[in-house]
Amino acid sequence: MEVKLVGPERIIYAGDASMVLARTLDGEIGILPGHAPLLGVLVPGQLRIVKPDGSEHRATVRSGFVEVCDNRVVVLADPAPEETAPEEKAEEEKGPTS
Amino acid sequence: MPAAELRQLQRRIRSVQSTRKITRAMEMIATSRIVKAQQRVVAARTYTEEITRIIANLTASAEAGDHPLLRPRDEIRRVGVVVLAADRGLAGAYNANVVRRAEADIRSTDRPARLFLVGRKAESHFRHRGYEIHRAYGGMSDSPGPDDAHRLAADVIAAYEQGAVDAVDLVATQFLSLGTQRAAVRRLLPVERFGPQPGCAGGYELEPGEPMAILDRLLPRYVEARLFAALLDASASEYAARQRAMKAATDNADDLVTSLRRSANRVRQAEITTEIMEIVGGAEALRPSDADESEERPWR
Repeated sequence: MEVKLVGPERIIYAGDASMVLARTLDGEIGILPGHAPLLGVLVPGQLRIVKPDGSEHRATVRSGFVEVCDNRVVVLADPAPEETAPEEKAEEEKGPTS
Repeated sequence: MPAAELRQLQRRIRSVQSTRKITRAMEMIATSRIVKAQQRVVAARTYTEEITRIIANLTASAEAGDHPLLRPRDEIRRVGVVVLAADRGLAGAYNANVVRRAEADIRSTDRPARLFLVGRKAESHFRHRGYEIHRAYGGMSDSPGPDDAHRLAADVIAAYEQGAVDAVDLVATQFLSLGTQRAAVRRLLPVERFGPQPGCAGGYELEPGEPMAILDRLLPRYVEARLFAALLDASASEYAARQRAMKAATDNADDLVTSLRRSANRVRQAEITTEIMEIVGGAEALRPSDADESEERPWR
């Protein structure tokens, strides 16, 4: 199944997965291919995307939503502060002197 | 006198040239930032698209239309207007266009307005005209982050929920293309209902099971995402407008230098001509007559 992890500023991860593990308000859920349509509210915790080759993509999530629809998982997430695009902060140049 | 005029022209040429250096630098800075700002607009689009789709699906399936942020109010006493302008000027008509659009919108609603102003230029404009400013934000428009959108959305939603405003409009510049940006008004609150989207309109399994509880979290995030998208769009537009304005200024400086140089050259030429005339005239006056000259020659 297809998984897309989307932050407010960019797509953080997109690809195939054999399982997604997330923490919602009602508890830990595991999403396998063919899951029924679902919409859940995420609570702070780890999001684990298990890829078909068995490796994992992990992300720390502050809050967000997980949606399953047509064998496609969309996670809208506010990433934990340390994961917010460090490269963008670095190349912040100085403004013109006007 | 002509020498003084020449000096003055040369001083003006130098001053125009140094101004040109500044406008040229600002043009190049703006050009480099447009690209980055556009990339941020595109990168942030997915989030807005996905959350819009999810809300459309959710409100199509459940009887969720009664959420306070979705239901239009019967009586609109006050309108909130969010205006996105810039902190700095020298961007052509960018700020003026947004501000003018906002004023037209306020006049057309015919109700007292409360303003949420992003950008110091918007603040200074409305402050002096006696508008009621709910809140003004500086330092947000240059390179807006999700936290800025969060702060703005939280204030707007709080004002709406407390009844300080009964509807909220967003006035911002849309980046249509590099050459075209347009100031436009869009409704921000109440959130407009979307038509059904292809996909899971059949209904979700919800966690938590109460659609209201989910909308309570989804809708503020949606408002935030829309504001964030608008902030990014506005900042790309600001750079495009500044780039154009600074290019025009640089071209104008070039023309000015050319015409000043011409006048300077003309003055210099005139001065030389006058000098030559004086020398020739003086020599002519001192020169002995032709007759004297022919008599003198043999003695040499």
